[in-house]
Amino acid sequence: MRKVVEGSYAIAQAVKCCDPDIISAYPITPQTHIVENLSQMVADGELKAEFITVDSEFSALSALVGSSAMGARSYSSTTSQGLALMYEVLYNVSGLRMPIVMTVANRAMGAPLNIWNDQQDSIGARDCGWIQLYAENVQEAMDLTPQAYKLAEDPDILTPVMVCMDGFILTHVYEPVEFLDHDKVKQFLPPFKPKITLDPAHPVTIGAFADPSTFTEYRYLQQDAQNKALGKIDTIAKEFKETFGRYYGGLIDTYRMEGADAAIVTLGSVIGTIKDALDEMWAEGKKVGLVKVRSYRPFPVKALRDSLKDVSSIAVIEKDVSIGNEAGLTTDLKAAFYNTGMKTPIIGFTAGLGGRDITLKDIKKAGDKALAAAKGPEAEFEFLTLRKEIL
Amino acid sequence: MNGSKSPSGSPGVSSSPSTTARPGTSASLATSPNMNPRELGTYTKNTWCPGCGNFSILSAIQTVLASMHDEGYPLENVVIVSGIGCHAKISDYLNINSFYSLHGRTLPVATGIKLANPDLKVICFSGDGDSLAEGLDHLIFAAKRNLDITLILHDNRVYGLTTGQYTPTSPLGFKGKSTPMGTEELPMNPIELMLVSGATYLARGYTHGIDLLRKLFRDAIMHKGFSFVDTLQVCVTYFNMYETYNKRVYEVQGNDASSFDEAMKIARSWDYNNMEAPIPLGKFYDIDKPRFDQVFPGYEPHPVDRDAKIREVLDSLI
Ligand SMILES: Cc1ncc(C[n+]2csc(CCOP(=O)(O)OP(=O)(O)O)c2C)c(N)n1
Ligand code: SF4
Ligand SMILES: [Mg+2]
Repeated sequence: MRKVVEGSYAIAQAVKCCDPDIISAYPITPQTHIVENLSQMVADGELKAEFITVDSEFSALSALVGSSAMGARSYSSTTSQGLALMYEVLYNVSGLRMPIVMTVANRAMGAPLNIWNDQQDSIGARDCGWIQLYAENVQEAMDLTPQAYKLAEDPDILTPVMVCMDGFILTHVYEPVEFLDHDKVKQFLPPFKPKITLDPAHPVTIGAFADPSTFTEYRYLQQDAQNKALGKIDTIAKEFKETFGRYYGGLIDTYRMEGADAAIVTLGSVIGTIKDALDEMWAEGKKVGLVKVRSYRPFPVKALRDSLKDVSSIAVIEKDVSIGNEAGLTTDLKAAFYNTGMKTPIIGFTAGLGGRDITLKDIKKAGDKALAAAKGPEAEFEFLTLRKEIL
Repeated sequence: MNGSKSPSGSPGVSSSPSTTARPGTSASLATSPNMNPRELGTYTKNTWCPGCGNFSILSAIQTVLASMHDEGYPLENVVIVSGIGCHAKISDYLNINSFYSLHGRTLPVATGIKLANPDLKVICFSGDGDSLAEGLDHLIFAAKRNLDITLILHDNRVYGLTTGQYTPTSPLGFKGKSTPMGTEELPMNPIELMLVSGATYLARGYTHGIDLLRKLFRDAIMHKGFSFVDTLQVCVTYFNMYETYNKRVYEVQGNDASSFDEAMKIARSWDYNNMEAPIPLGKFYDIDKPRFDQVFPGYEPHPVDRDAKIREVLDSLI
């Protein structure tokens, strides 16, 4: 069924089709509409889940730690300050190997106070042990939701997943989307069968102490699960395609990379604008391609190396900055190349911070700089659209 | 801090130097100060909904501050701290030193400000979501420590800024956007909570009773210790309680504000849930108790002459 709906409603519809048992969330712009729609669905009896209203994001995710320990399929959504407030619990969830799925409606981190989109929030949480998938548009964010549960609950993976979508740009846009069919999702995503739960008949302790003799191995197993997820993400994407007919690439996707001299690497909703900018650039004889990172954690090192091996230079555009260094994706990409002997210049751009638009002109500027960087980049890292006049 | 919101466009916040202050007009305090309270406004566009109770809170505090100014209190020694929410915009609308904190973190910031400079008057404007949900622990600790600051709670019993979800003071069955079936929790009684937590000044105001509001704000600000004014602030958009409150509110008279038991009795006479019960307004509790800020020596803002100090020490050794 195709319908024009708000992005947040579309996500709620996708979550509903995944039959979560427990939902817990605290309101925060621009996530609010997602959870309000879900609470309405619960109230209307459309969705048979418990919706736990809580006093903070810290409580929301903590409540899911409890429900997940009971073997319940658990869902939350947040953004920005709320995600930051969950920080301690993020590690708790991943370390306890709880397959919780959370939609992050990406928003800037204060101060200064700002409610608009960038990706500082989730990129800043990249080391917390969660898988992070980034959506280009509402349909992809919807479709990623059942895929995220399937991935998270896979007995080899058992790792929480954040589905990241740009706040406002995707959460508040009205666009036509194909609704998920509940029965088909049921086929695609079997009921959650946890390995270990709290069960009075078979008592266990969850959350126990690990001393130096075992702590490293717990971390190793988390790392191992993320490595395994590298393979599973694409398998699941292909299974999804078989059932629903839509496929967005596995760990990465590419556009106009065939014969490209330079590439732009990015994540999230800016991809749509980049594709338009690249069409114009190719028409001008400037051969710049695009690599879209769908999975940021696990980081698809091999897929990126392969897709970028033939270009002479690369520009990364991302909506975050690792204040004091470059930005997350830029650094990760450079690191991915370091031991390969590939000497392709990489230039990083941070753009779109706190909701500033990234225009076709901005992207072409980055593309031009990428082409020029083949002779050696002019800078390692830059703010793409800096208003020097107000500094 | 918002350094550039003064109507003159110049940074800094002192709307008029304390040297021009007029002495003692406290009799007329809250109603007709010499300083025009409007001088304490800013050019920031006000985005509260027409009819919002926040306008009364803003107006009441402007009058109180103007009267303090008239009495010689230097307004540059006042700092306001707000959380995040509709209420917090008051930081933008008041031409006074102000600090917009994180959602729920009004009181920890205020605590730091007060302890760094105990000479300041620190007034917090916080929402019911801000101080009773996200930051409830801070509220309890501020009361427990009896820190000398004031918290004015914009108790609209709803998350206004995030457009109408229930809060800890929403009545049972409240149909907010996150609770379309109605809440399943009984509301919290913040005054009762503050009383047992150790607050030393407790009052309840209502945004439709501006004279009382001014009196209570002033009283609370002058109180030494943690003062808490639960202000029934009507949110016209998401929880319009004017009619109910107008019918139920009354001002307590002749109560013994030094009695814990009496304060508890008044606090408990309305549980934030019963829409038929009378709602007491006024000062419920007012006592003196040792304060947290008293045990700190006070931050010495004047630079120390290190050479003189060293000489002093050396001399004492000779
Ligand atoms: C950590 C965090 N979570 C959520 C939010 C979103 N948020 C902003 S204001 C607000 C509620 C405001 O309610 P209240 O404190 O009662 O203030 P009001 O708007 O009613 O004046 C929320 C949940 C936030 N800013 N930070
Ligand atoms: S939403 Fe409610 S509290 Fe916020 S400005 Fe409007 S009336 Fe006031
Ligand atoms: Mg409120």
